[in-house]
Amino acid sequence: MRLLTHNMLSCNIKGVTKGFPLSIEVQKLDTKETDFNPDFLRNIIPKLEWKAFHDAAVSVGLNDIPEQVDPVMLEYTEFLQKFHHALLEVHLEEGALICPETGRRFPVTKGVPNMLLLEDEV
Amino acid sequence: MADGRRTSLIRSFSSMPHQRKALHRQTSSPALGLKGHVAAALHAHVDGKTGSELQVEVDESSLCHYAVVDSPRRRIANINLVARHPEVYEPCDDSFALVDALLADKVHLLERQPSLCLEVGCGSGYVITSLALLMGEGSGAQYIATDISSVAAEVTRTTLRSHGVEADVVVTNLVTGLEKRLAGSVDLLVFNPPYVPTPEEEVGVEGITAAWAGGDRGRTVIDRMLAIVDSLMSSKGLFYLLTLTANNPGEICQIMKKKGFASRIVVQRSTEEESLHVLKFWREDVRDISDNGNHSTFSHSFSSKFSRLAFWR
Repeated sequence: MRLLTHNMLSCNIKGVTKGFPLSIEVQKLDTKETDFNPDFLRNIIPKLEWKAFHDAAVSVGLNDIPEQVDPVMLEYTEFLQKFHHALLEVHLEEGALICPETGRRFPVTKGVPNMLLLEDEV
Repeated sequence: MADGRRTSLIRSFSSMPHQRKALHRQTSSPALGLKGHVAAALHAHVDGKTGSELQVEVDESSLCHYAVVDSPRRRIANINLVARHPEVYEPCDDSFALVDALLADKVHLLERQPSLCLEVGCGSGYVITSLALLMGEGSGAQYIATDISSVAAEVTRTTLRSHGVEADVVVTNLVTGLEKRLAGSVDLLVFNPPYVPTPEEEVGVEGITAAWAGGDRGRTVIDRMLAIVDSLMSSKGLFYLLTLTANNPGEICQIMKKKGFASRIVVQRSTEEESLHVLKFWREDVRDISDNGNHSTFSHSFSSKFSRLAFWR
């Protein structure tokens, strides 16, 4: 699971108001090189919750993502490359995502988060 | 293929898709065994020959006949690279019809430049992989695929990897866990639902049953999806939905019309008894610009028939 995916997920248990961002529990990380596509990065920025992305990057050991993003940064290749790496190349292979409100743990297995809810959570 | 050539697999004639899903419903093991046999036979024949065209005939059960033809410019998933698992629905007529619909609308899709594409119920990964391939690497789009089955999610990941395509795969019920963050931003939504009419209690159960069991009129899961489409879709969003006649596609279009969506049939695939429709929906206040004859970009299989008519008229 890439941090991009993490940024799109929230806890939807009945009664939870925001359920975002889910904190990341890391058991195993993997890095997979992927093609650098600046257009994709520029497209995706407006859709990201940047603070959540920043915090997620820190939780997987990446400390070079700025706390705030400025459109000017998109002109700098160095920034785009770090952004690219954190967003798309680092994969949480094993671990969990944890709801900030309920503490509910959503397992991540073989790189896939499992967001299925139990009957009494719907 | 043994010689590494890219080939396409086209069902030259076939059982009806609902029967394929229904077949699973009746007795999954023998059906899967047969499908496995078909696949094995196919590989054996292909491996033994280098010709550009060959036929593989299935024995007395005669579920379907396959033809393998070269397609060097292929831009959808290669059926031979699609991962398989006994608990995961293999690509069949319904999957092919959906991909045909996307191919038929390819020019339109490229023009719209979707930045977020979502497939619900990705199963083998054939459709999301095909979508990502046909949109091309430079599209700058994000692809998300969900499935209620963790095995399907794994199979989809394998299929994606085999084709060198990236997508985010999430195990969930429809879009649970994604709906808040994706609200209003899905530009392309694709759904091949469990559409076979079944007893209600079979819907969403564990294993491959979830891939076909659609409850009353096959509409239970479809209707759950219809209820959330409006909140997910962006202003330029397109929604491709596969349905069976038994699902009452006309009524589905009426339901969507009330939510402000226009619709059309992109692909209609008829067999003797039944027919599949791939319906396409878009927000009525956004003009549909697909009517530019781009269907000719795909030399679709002969059993397909396109209809541009709204069938409720």
